[in-house]
Parts: sequence; C-alpha cells; structure tokens
Amino acid sequence: MADPQSTPAPAHPPTPTPTVVVDEVHVTYTVGGGSAGGRGAATAALSRMLRRGEKRPTGRRVHAVKGVSFVAYRGEAIGLIGSNGSGKSTLLKAIAGLQPVERGQVYTDGQPSLLGVNAALMNDLTGERNVILGGLAMGMSRTEVRERYDEIVDFSGINEKDDAISRPMGTYSSGMGARLRFSIAAAKSHDVLLIDEALSTGDARFRRRSQQRIDELRAAAGTVFLVSHSNSTITETCERALWLEAGTLRRDGPAKEVVAAYEEFTATGATTGAK
Amino acid sequence: MPPHEAPLREASTEDLRELALRHGLTVSGARPSLPAYARQIWSRRDFITAFATARLTAQYSQARLGQVWQVMTPLLNAAVYYLIFGVLMDAKEGVADYVPFLITGIFVWTFTSNTILAGTRAISGNLGLVRALHFPRASLPISLSLQQLQQLLLSLAALVMILLGLGEFPAWSWFLAVPALLCQALFNTGVALVLARLAARTPDISQLMPFVLRTWMYASGAMWSIQHLAASGRFPDGVVLALQCNPAAVYIDLMRFALIGSYTSAQLPPHVWALAAGWALLAFGGGFIWFWKAEETYGRG
Repeated sequence: MADPQSTPAPAHPPTPTPTVVVDEVHVTYTVGGGSAGGRGAATAALSRMLRRGEKRPTGRRVHAVKGVSFVAYRGEAIGLIGSNGSGKSTLLKAIAGLQPVERGQVYTDGQPSLLGVNAALMNDLTGERNVILGGLAMGMSRTEVRERYDEIVDFSGINEKDDAISRPMGTYSSGMGARLRFSIAAAKSHDVLLIDEALSTGDARFRRRSQQRIDELRAAAGTVFLVSHSNSTITETCERALWLEAGTLRRDGPAKEVVAAYEEFTATGATTGAK
Repeated sequence: MPPHEAPLREASTEDLRELALRHGLTVSGARPSLPAYARQIWSRRDFITAFATARLTAQYSQARLGQVWQVMTPLLNAAVYYLIFGVLMDAKEGVADYVPFLITGIFVWTFTSNTILAGTRAISGNLGLVRALHFPRASLPISLSLQQLQQLLLSLAALVMILLGLGEFPAWSWFLAVPALLCQALFNTGVALVLARLAARTPDISQLMPFVLRTWMYASGAMWSIQHLAASGRFPDGVVLALQCNPAAVYIDLMRFALIGSYTSAQLPPHVWALAAGWALLAFGGGFIWFWKAEETYGRG
C-alpha cells in the first residue's frame, strides 16, 4: 500500500471476463415491526405461535429489487447510486449471498466479500485481536496475518494519535471502527469486493488511501462495487455506474454520464428519468 | 468506456446464465457440499483456536481479579452446592467421598451446560463477524466449545488439587478421564451446533435454555447419587436406567469412576463406554449435518 497517486484504471483485456452475472434478480424481504405484528408485542407473539405452521406469517413484504440484470467484468469498479431505499444495499447483499433472491440468480466468481458500515466485528476484543481474528477468519494463515499485521494497522491509521489498537473495539468512534474493518477486509485480495458506504466515515486522508487500495484490488483482477451517496466519490473511483431507482435499474453506463443524469434527476425531482 | 452496456440490456435470461456458466461462475451464497464444508472448517483451524483463546481471556478482562475467576467460579459453585446439598439436604448420606463426588459432578456438568449456553449465542452473539466476513459458520460454535474445554481443563487442575488435598492419590484410572472428556467434548459440540442453528432463527431459545439445563442437571445426578434413587424403590427400574443412560449422567459418572477411588464400576450403567462414544458420535455427526443444512441462512435478515 504505497503512496504514489492513484494508478490509472487497468485497460480491459480484449475479451472481458465476467466476474458477477446478475440475472433478472428480484429480492423481497419481510420486515417486522411498524404494525401491530411487530416482534415483542405479547399478543402478536401469541398469534405468531398459534400460526406457527404457516410460512413466515408476520411483517410486511418489501419488494426491494425488481428484476435487475447486468454483468460485471474483471478489473471494473462499479458505483451504485440512487436515492435512499432504492435497493442498492439489498442488491449488494444479494450479490454477496447474504440475502436470498426471490427470482432470478446471481452468479459470481469465487466468494464476494461485503463491507458495510454497521458490521462491527468483536466489540469486546481489542483492535489487535480483531485484526488477527479477522485475518484468520478470512482464511489467512497465522504467518500471513503476522506479516500483514503492521501493514493493516498502518493503513487504518487508527494508531496515529494514541495506542488505540490495544483498546477494545467497542471504544472506537464509528469512523475508526469503519477504517479498521476496511483495512482488515482489504488486506486480502478479493475476486469481488462490495463496499457499502464504508468509506464515507473516514477522513479525507483515509479516503485517499482507500481509493488507492481499491485501484490495487482492481489491478489484481478483482471487481469492486461501491455504494455511496457522494457523487464525487463515485466519479473519482469508478468508471462505470449503475443507477437504481425504486428497485429497478434506471441506467447503466460510464460513471460520469450516469451521475450527471442522476444529479439532474435529483435536482428537478422528476419522476420519469430520461432513458 | 465499457463496450458491453447496450447489448446486455436486451440479453435474455438464457444468455446470461449461459455466459455465467461458460466462465465457470457459481451461484452466490450456495451451500458447499458436506465434504467441502468439512475441509473449509479444517482450513480455519487456526481461527478456531485463536478465537477460543481470545474469548477465554476476554471473559474476565473487566474483573479486578482477572483470570483468577477461571478457577474461582467453579470452586464457588461447588461451595454453594455443598452447602445446600451436602449440609442442608444431607445428600451426602451414604455417598462415600461426597466432596470429590460433588465437585467432580459440578465441574463436569458445568462443562456441558456452559458449552450449550455458549452454543445458543454462537451465531446470534457474533452477528457482526458473521455479516462482515465470509467463513464457515460452524467455526463459531466449535470454537466456543473449545473455549469451554480449555476452561474445564483449568477447573480440572483445581479439582486435582482438591482431590490430592482430600487424600485421593493419583492412580492409573485417572487416565480414563481422557477418553471420557473427549467423548463429552464431542457430545457438547454437537449439541452446541444444534442450538446455534435453533437460536439463530429463534432468539427465544436462549431465554428457555437455563430452565431446560437446570432440569437436566437435577436429573443427571450432578449433586446426588442416582443409585440412591434406585435403592429407594420409588421409581420403576426403567426410569432409573433412563436417568443413568442420559448423556450428562454417563459423562459425570465416567469421570467420577476415573478420578475417585471409592467410586466403582458397579455404580456405572451397563455398556457405559459404548454409551459414551455412541452419544458423542450421534450428537456430533447429527449436529454438524443439521447446522450445515442452514449454512447459507446465518446472518441474514
């Protein structure tokens, strides 16, 4: 993780190799709460027990992703944009295999890794333990973890002010926690890395470093997906963008064009996008 | 810049699947086959041991006395049960060497009970880890079982001191404790795997477990002798035999047989080693397969 300015985007090989194929994917999930059917209300719990045999009786169904198809290729960085609740995070979870798809299928090359903001690792253990255990859980060997340890800690930058790495991770600020998590996950080269808003919590310096790391991962023949509400992050990091709106794929193309169209959409508040 | 955006928009479902299969892509989040899963677990053995040790040392990191509690907790437990069962209720009547009998029973039972309780929290208590990183999920309950085994070994060190202090001398039979412990550890891990899956889906299980475990403890003769129940004649022989053959009682009695000189094989149920190994294999095999069957669902929602 050296310092030189971001490497240029790798050129596509003559025949691009797909790493993620998303085939007409629909995702629906059930949310508890909101109505009287919520978890915790005694009457609801009773009625739930009585209706035990039925399939998933409580909550409302949310049709979050409605028939999205696209192909991602090796060496691409793809930004996902769209307003809140447009299904971006759900789509990433489906690609990572953490959310079952209702219809359609997601095919991936190897096991994609999803990096989200709210995924705390082990709060009661020190940052040091989290680095070691996280590395081992990702399938690195003990010696590999030992070799990468300093690199990971330096990259996260959480040790810059004090000896934060020896404190329990629960005492970290949300930005520090997110930085350490990103550093752990980025220590291994992934075939497909999915990043959900994880970079938005870091400061400017960390963002620059992580952008370099993303470029390195792409150069190592990986594919990176990035969800962000910062349009500039998308255009700086990605050359391709997908625009999701209300669960459908509105636009798929070069990041600058898609972001421009999205900005126009948010500025005018138009309900029918130009296609 | 990507030349593929326009044509793929019209690509039909068939073409996409064909494209994916032609390049050897696999369905995301699909569960690996059982042998592949076992291999994945084996490749995470470093994680399993490191996680167990980290949990063990983190357990009492907030306490002033720190790791001293590893040994203090089981000893205090034994003292409480001695006060109630040994002194107040006089369960020691007719049991030779009641103190070793009781302490062995408590420690061995605590191993099973703590492993099972840890199993209920294996997935639900580590959701952050499960959602952030990809690894075979069975590593968690297996690792927590290993942590309890380490804890038990510390307790056993205390037990050996007590035994020596009470005039029990090391005998060859003490080596029988090793196979007994191995069987018990396998059995515990299997049950922990089952409960990890159950509690991942239904968190209420962890509210219920303390009651189940307490009933099980009293039924397994951790602090009283099942033989006395048989002698009292209040229950038919079948019930007594069933109590004796329940896995917790089998492991407790085997340990007493191994460590306490006055505890003879006459007090063990018939075919006790076959029972111990059978329960272990049944629980571990069944638990592992049952846990694996839901591998792709952990951490979702």
